[in-house]
Amino acid sequence: MGTFIQQLINGLTVGGIFALIALGYTMVYGVMRLINFAHGDLCILGAFIGLTTLTSAAGGGHPGAGLLLLAFVVSVIVIAVAGVALERIAYRPLRKADRLAAVVSALGASMMIENGIMLVWGPQVHVFPSNLLPATTWHLAGATISFVQVMIILASLVLMIALYLFVNHTRFGTAIRAAAIDQDAARLMGINVNRVIASVFIIGPALGAIGGLFIGIYYREAYFTMGWTYGLYAFIAAILGGIGNIPGAMLGGVLLGLFNAFAAGYVSSSWQDAITFGLLIVILLVRPTGLLGERVAEKV
Amino acid sequence: MSLLKINELRVAYGQIEALKGVSLVVEPGEVVAILGANGAGKTTLMRAISGLLPKSSGQIIFEDRDITNLSADRIVRCGIAQSPEGRRVFGTLTVAENLKLGGFTRPPQESRASIEAAYTMFPRLAERREQFAGTLSGGEQQMLAIGRALVAKPKLLLLDEPSLGLAPIIIQSIFRSLRGIADTGVTILIVEQNARAALKLADRGYVLEVGRIMLEGDSTTILHSPEVRAAYLGG
Repeated sequence: MGTFIQQLINGLTVGGIFALIALGYTMVYGVMRLINFAHGDLCILGAFIGLTTLTSAAGGGHPGAGLLLLAFVVSVIVIAVAGVALERIAYRPLRKADRLAAVVSALGASMMIENGIMLVWGPQVHVFPSNLLPATTWHLAGATISFVQVMIILASLVLMIALYLFVNHTRFGTAIRAAAIDQDAARLMGINVNRVIASVFIIGPALGAIGGLFIGIYYREAYFTMGWTYGLYAFIAAILGGIGNIPGAMLGGVLLGLFNAFAAGYVSSSWQDAITFGLLIVILLVRPTGLLGERVAEKV
Repeated sequence: MSLLKINELRVAYGQIEALKGVSLVVEPGEVVAILGANGAGKTTLMRAISGLLPKSSGQIIFEDRDITNLSADRIVRCGIAQSPEGRRVFGTLTVAENLKLGGFTRPPQESRASIEAAYTMFPRLAERREQFAGTLSGGEQQMLAIGRALVAKPKLLLLDEPSLGLAPIIIQSIFRSLRGIADTGVTILIVEQNARAALKLADRGYVLEVGRIMLEGDSTTILHSPEVRAAYLGG
């Protein structure tokens, strides 16, 4: 029972982070039919910017909760701006070009950001301060739940609910969904599709920056190739839930986190990826469009 | 002042020129039909007016304003709404959400009345307002596409093949609704392969053949012209 609860909490923590990052892949794909391979790197860039904000603002002293909040705000703003710039520079000029050109551009952008991080911050592993958050832990039936875990789970949940409400219950959110179904028809409604695209390149990277900073705080480290590793997990989470589908990315992220945690807890952590991706293959064999994915409106 | 005036419009897809210098006018309050066979350039013309296609040359003037190179969303704001070919309803959104999007350019309180008017005009939509648009029948989707365009409260309503793929009895009922819309004073430019139905609705018409206007005149003239009778009305 202890193991179960422990892995459930671990899985929800990591799953919440996967989900936050997966939303960026799925929203961009939904509107542009493009996999933004640079997304994972943007998220980890967010972790580095948060870390630098923390250490430079603390000036050698102990960073407190207020500073942590500042780090999140700075990171979200910088990464959202970077997201919009990425779309302008790497994707907009290729919107009418061959699909493969955009994929290559995305991979190139990914490498540029990754190497840019290495040039600025160096190739070594950066350690996050250990005293960012209270060291409070709770014990429940043999499982230990930390303050960080509770914070990540709750924050992910709140952000996902907020995004869901925004997309489903506001005018602009409906416009995003319409543009994802049929861009020309959306234009005929008077929707500025460029603005919709810019918005998904703000929302996705902003959520991703929070996810990236959560990774840094949870594992207490950041290194320049981390974007590729976590980006891949989140991308797979988006596929698992049905790429293009927003609730799907949330579900896929949480499930992937849980698979991973239970595989590590009940089998072995050296087998966790094999088991997780084995399960993923089985699910995709049964439901090739992902758990919640059904292809959006048929083009006539 | 004409509501819409098109001068020598040319549109090309790569090397292939789909419109080879089309000129036409639509006066306020008129219903104008554009007839032509498949590939004549009817849909190209509609998409060009709505700003979905770049133009190689020519001009589109709406209410004395040059809208030739405005973006599609700006053109909607000028007062031109379109019910596109193949209906293009948002299949995974509800009927109500589709209609709300029709009013995207207007303040929500104002478009609410137009949405209610659309439900009154097409009671089938009111019954299905919480259903996904993709689950509607073809005729209902066409009603939704027309209703959605009307919620924008356009000065000019563009209708691209509203009869496409529908049973004759449904076509009749759609055209009855269009008659009602025209009678409220909305200016309509309609593109149709179903020449008889379109000319019955229209005041004037143009016949488009491979990117050029071949014939124009009031509806009865066109209906009785030997070329049109031979080509579109089966003799």
